[in-house]
Amino acid sequence: MKDRKAKRRKPARTRPAAKIWQLRLYVTGRTPKSATAFLNLKRLCETHLKGLYRITVINLLTHPQLAKGDQILAIPTVVRRLPSPVRTIIGCLSDTERVLVGLDLRTAV
Amino acid sequence: MKKTAPKAPTPGGSLPKCPTGIQGLDEITGGGLPRGRPTLVCGGAGCGKTLLAAEFLVRGATQFDEPGVLMSFEETEAELVANVASLGFNLADLIRRKKIFIDYVHIDPGEVQESGDYDLEALFVRLNHAIDTIGAKRVVLDTLEALFAGLKNEAVLRNELRRLFRWLKQKGVTAVITAERGREQLTRHGLEEYVSDCVILLDHRVNDQIATRNLRVVKYRGAFHGTNEFPFLIAENGISVLPITSLALNHETTNERIATGIPRLDSMLGGHGFFRGSSVLLTGTPGTGKTIISANFAVAACARGERTLFFSFEESPNQILRNMHSIGLQLEPYVKRGLLRFHSARPSLYGLEMHLATMFKQIADFKPQVVVVDPITSLMDAGTSNECRGMVTRLVDYLKAGQVTTLFTSLTQGGHSLQQSEANMSSLMDSWILLQDFEGNGERNRVLYVLKARGMAHSNQIREFLISNHGIDLVDAYIGASGVLTGSARAAQSALEKAAVLAEQQEAARRKRELGRKRVALERQIQRLRSDYETEALELRRIDEQVGTRSLVLSTEQAASGLLRQADAKVLAGPNARSRNGRLHS
Repeated sequence: MKDRKAKRRKPARTRPAAKIWQLRLYVTGRTPKSATAFLNLKRLCETHLKGLYRITVINLLTHPQLAKGDQILAIPTVVRRLPSPVRTIIGCLSDTERVLVGLDLRTAV
Repeated sequence: MKKTAPKAPTPGGSLPKCPTGIQGLDEITGGGLPRGRPTLVCGGAGCGKTLLAAEFLVRGATQFDEPGVLMSFEETEAELVANVASLGFNLADLIRRKKIFIDYVHIDPGEVQESGDYDLEALFVRLNHAIDTIGAKRVVLDTLEALFAGLKNEAVLRNELRRLFRWLKQKGVTAVITAERGREQLTRHGLEEYVSDCVILLDHRVNDQIATRNLRVVKYRGAFHGTNEFPFLIAENGISVLPITSLALNHETTNERIATGIPRLDSMLGGHGFFRGSSVLLTGTPGTGKTIISANFAVAACARGERTLFFSFEESPNQILRNMHSIGLQLEPYVKRGLLRFHSARPSLYGLEMHLATMFKQIADFKPQVVVVDPITSLMDAGTSNECRGMVTRLVDYLKAGQVTTLFTSLTQGGHSLQQSEANMSSLMDSWILLQDFEGNGERNRVLYVLKARGMAHSNQIREFLISNHGIDLVDAYIGASGVLTGSARAAQSALEKAAVLAEQQEAARRKRELGRKRVALERQIQRLRSDYETEALELRRIDEQVGTRSLVLSTEQAASGLLRQADAKVLAGPNARSRNGRLHS
């Protein structure tokens, strides 16, 4: 619990630039699921990581070769590149609780 | 060129097929896997699914100009390259030349969280990308079931799999999907539900400590296929599915004859030896000289400049060389010249099928005109009698198809009838020579019969064969009133006969001499008798004369006395008296 509290405060107060979250959202074109996922992700980030995140949307239909790097199978997939370790969540992120656990978002705030 | 061939409908009007290039598999499936459709390959751990799939791709890329994509869920690219290198495939080179594309899909259940609805579109995207990059015609998914471990939402997964197979068909690629064998169904997760065109089951079984791999085409929609379980093996040059049993007996035959290396044996076989391309069985009890006859046969072939392959299941090549040296057969020069090759293996080294495949491979590599298998019965240790017979059938078929003359030796165990070859393989053979021991007079002697020789006149007689330090010699066994004699008994008997003949000759000479003597004696006797007779005849004449003289004297005296008495005998005795007087007077 101590750790969590410490983490929660740190990014906001000290050297915020270094703690920018890099998130990648893999989609295949504009599917409803992808749109939902993007909205859900954005909402969560705004809530928990305001100003500290960057979402890159990667369309695999135009860049199929990028799927291999992050071992993407399912669509949509969110990959947390930073902070390490890499975390992966698949699905349209409708289950907020799981997303928070999966991305370790709670501790970050 | 070959690409277009399978597209044309096969004679039976069945599906277009995609040749796998895997030895034997195309024969069983009647030309290959269903083209443009997915095929399921299932089997337990370590039964060769991945290798079969990999070979399908490699053969496609190298032999049929069909590039392939391997989507691997279990092994990384580097691992796969290393694994198939053991089969002699240079995967790295094929990847460089864009003939094969490997996409390693890593799923770690622990790393991935699921939240909400998703699909596997990215998998499709990746596969599509891979296929389009190299223009792939073949796809392998190894092993799709890894997805079941990685993704929790089975409903989504099943739905996506169904979509995947439909998509693969639309894409027109020939796909091989591997899956683990399940307990009560073909695959653990029921993939056979989605792949319904062709299902191949692999199996790795251990019988009597000897493992055999089996392959069975469980299902092949729209095509005839072999339904049996076929043994297969993974050798240095890939997978070969065995029974390449030719269904028809239509070997070419020739009238050419080849010598056996033993002149007397040739003459027993109508004077010319075996037919080329025939199979010869040489049975005998232990120590009757089977290997020696085989070696003679091999040497004769080598001397004609023919390549000879000698499979030895009991002796090492060096041991055979040494042993044959002791009877004056020099094999080394032929080995050095590359005409004679030995292949020795312990029968229990591996299963029958592996033996057969190794033999096929050796034969294919060396292309011999003559093959010796010494002894075929050793292979019984590696399988049952039935399997062994099946194997011999296939071997004989294979060799006959190649016009290879083959000599099989077969050890007859004690207690069996001599005319019974192990595994009842004699009916497969064209010629059968039986070697046998004759025991008697405190010695064992080897004899030889030609039990059968299809298509040629052959001797029905027994021959004794002698092994000396300058090779084999066949001699006529003694057959006479006292039965069949061999060895020293034969020698003694012939000495006896010689003595008898001599005695007879001496007797005749003696009788001749005696008769001569007798004749001489008789002649002398005749001589004596004749001289006796002559003496007597002389005597007779003298007597006659004496009698004549006496009667004359007598009559003269009577006349004189008549005159004296003045008898009236004048008239009567006138003329007589005159003549007598006259004679007397004269």
